Amino acid sequence: MSAAYIWTVILVLGVGTYLIRFSFLGLIGGRRLPDWALRHLRYTAVAVLPGLVAPMVLWPAATGGEVDPARLSAALATFGVGILTRNVIASILTGGVVLYGMLALTAGY
Amino acid sequence: MTDAPLKSQYWSGFRQGLPFMLVVVPFGLLFGVVASESGFTPVQIMAFSSVVFAGASQFAALQLMVEDAPFLIVVATALAVNLRMAMYSASLAVWLGEAPLWKRALIAYVNVDQSYAVSVNRYEDRPQMSLAARIAFFFGAVTPICPVWVLATGVGIWVGDAIPEWMALDFAVPICFLAIIAPMMRTLAHMVAALVSIVLALALAGLPYNTGLLIAAIVAMIVGARVEVMSARRVPA
Repeated sequence: MSAAYIWTVILVLGVGTYLIRFSFLGLIGGRRLPDWALRHLRYTAVAVLPGLVAPMVLWPAATGGEVDPARLSAALATFGVGILTRNVIASILTGGVVLYGMLALTAGY
Repeated sequence: MTDAPLKSQYWSGFRQGLPFMLVVVPFGLLFGVVASESGFTPVQIMAFSSVVFAGASQFAALQLMVEDAPFLIVVATALAVNLRMAMYSASLAVWLGEAPLWKRALIAYVNVDQSYAVSVNRYEDRPQMSLAARIAFFFGAVTPICPVWVLATGVGIWVGDAIPEWMALDFAVPICFLAIIAPMMRTLAHMVAALVSIVLALALAGLPYNTGLLIAAIVAMIVGARVEVMSARRVPA
């Protein structure tokens, strides 16, 4: 990765992200988006992030892409606690505890 | 009865934003650590966090850059992660659209998940708030979140190598993401969209240039919107 490449990504992403954030705030008076557009935008985060995470969970780079019981159970615990409690901190802590617990348990194998 | 003084609006926003520090700090730290392990220089990493200023998309871009994905894929995927902010912008505009342009330009820069969620909740609870009060509250909520993100990134660069391998830091990224995604599962449509995203991203993982994730995201978004329309129809008006 060349420095020029990294800087180009940073600048293009920076400008693009800012324009997304400014988009409707920039239009005076808060004109309404059409319903169909809002309806699609509502699902962008849940459409991108799970797909981004899934391969990291199933095929972690740290184990050379092998399914790892410790990481898989930590992921499931994090997500489960997150759904039940809607509490981000509780869910991260649970994930951490399960990850280290399972890593310690499976260390001998 | 008019609004409480602006100063108290600011501090009440600050208090609402405060708990999010607990998420922003580890996430920012992690970005600093992971980016410096990927060979970015400290200046590049700090610029990344302060110019792009959007954690999830920064991790997405970093991951794809490390995998040598082409430029257009890196940018398109990372911007897709941020598209949700157009929705935030649209809903903030309803409440803050009358503010002067320079203030709206500043608000846009710090329009992030947490400041958006906290502020719109407040505005909806108290529709009688004045414009000045809404702005004071918004910047209050942003104060414990945004500067902390950039600072945490810096600390991450600094402590980077000191973190031992047994801590399995690699997995902190997916854990943080999962903890952020889980509360988003508000409706059937959100769950179906997430499921489609996972299944397609895994099934298409072999596609060249990491196009699989982008295709998965577009299809999942359309499916989410369709499910929403269908569930709305089933409910009697």
